Amino acid sequence: MNAPQKVSEAIAAPVGILAELTHRCPLACPYCSNPVELDAREGELDTETWKRVFSEAAAVGVLHAHLSGGEPASRRDLVEIVKHCHDVGLYTNLITSGVGISEARMRELADAGLDHVQLSIQDAEAESADRIGGYKGGFARKMDVAKWVNEVGIPLTINAVIHRANIARAGRMVEFAVELGARRVEIAHTQYYAWAYLNRKALMPSREQVEKAVAEVEAMRKTYAGKIVIDHVAPDYYARYPKACMGGWAKRTLNVTPHGKALPCHAAETIPGLEFWNVRDHSISDIWFNAPAFNAFRGDDWMVEPCRSCPRKHQDYGGCRCQAMALTGDPRNADPICHLSPHHDKVAAIAATFEEVDANVPAADYVYRTLKTQAPVA
Amino acid sequence: MSEPAAISSDSKPHLPRGMHLKHDATRGEWLLMAPERVLKLNAVAVEILKRCDGKATLGEIVDQLAAAFAADRERIETDVRALLAELAAKRMVDL
Repeated sequence: MNAPQKVSEAIAAPVGILAELTHRCPLACPYCSNPVELDAREGELDTETWKRVFSEAAAVGVLHAHLSGGEPASRRDLVEIVKHCHDVGLYTNLITSGVGISEARMRELADAGLDHVQLSIQDAEAESADRIGGYKGGFARKMDVAKWVNEVGIPLTINAVIHRANIARAGRMVEFAVELGARRVEIAHTQYYAWAYLNRKALMPSREQVEKAVAEVEAMRKTYAGKIVIDHVAPDYYARYPKACMGGWAKRTLNVTPHGKALPCHAAETIPGLEFWNVRDHSISDIWFNAPAFNAFRGDDWMVEPCRSCPRKHQDYGGCRCQAMALTGDPRNADPICHLSPHHDKVAAIAATFEEVDANVPAADYVYRTLKTQAPVA
Repeated sequence: MSEPAAISSDSKPHLPRGMHLKHDATRGEWLLMAPERVLKLNAVAVEILKRCDGKATLGEIVDQLAAAFAADRERIETDVRALLAELAAKRMVDL
């Protein structure tokens, strides 16, 4: 079923695979990065297929396996999958809400060879956290899971997505991560794709709030030097140049959805006309080197001006293709975050919506993430 | 880089769980695998980290390297301290 392998020397091996084992999740965070149209349980890849995917990934040079979702613990075969990843030499990272992990299961995961746990928190306060996640008691469960991760000796990262309802505690979340025994903390301001895009009005903080929060977290690098590593993703609306999104399109990592579709990034399906291959039909190696969607924005032949003649084109690769698509209607355009983009005014318009946010006026209700009902159109 | 912290010569550096040295066959190089990070290691760093087993003290590691590579002990000690201080700041080595 696979075409003969044509290994291009120009394409470097992938370093990471993000496996969305399932889109099922007990939480309903309104900024979830999963697509608005979620994959149903029926049609999820089975255990043997996932094992083959990880074996193929390791063989082609992947180093890190990120087991994600949805909530990966919603898969009954999670321990078996972790063990397989470990056996084929992958560094295995579990990205979890913590809900669905008991103390016994944590020990099984540790014995299976799990290397790292990234635990999300929705806020540093229980009531607010449970409201944001749409799951009562979730916060308390996470506190237990953090304790068990420490007990089995696996390094812990705390991940906090920042938005209007918790931005006042952005700095507090760093302290809280230290209290939970984390070695790393990710403070990530919401990126407005997928569910977060639907909920933009309810999630967006004011510019003043953003600036205060960013300064607060940056100041903590000094306070906690050697104690916790802070990874800080600040909003890019005020930047002069775009970020090297994904470290370049199909240059470092690939995603696999619950139903087996291989994507260069989790928002890639928002770009019309791309042909994605499924791991049911193609090996990871075949997908990485030959899938049309992966080759669509490799190199620089696809670029248009101002990127084409730009001296920074191999530094930032023109920024994010999905953002270019969303804001300019053409994924080949420069990411309009760039001040050289002729569409930069679109970003200024978004930045201006921050200015209009009045932090004293209550935010709108969330459209909670759900598999069951069709999400309303924004 | 910032001033290397004063690490005691009696400290027994080791890689905590979740950190490992890996020889990567695909790329033909030594890597330090870390949570969400991969560090490419040069030959000196590999020799140092191979000896960070939680049993050998920093002083013993320097002695071993000086003997193995017939090199100046003081220079080796500077290298070892600089590497360990840098990795400890990233929470990648425990002292």
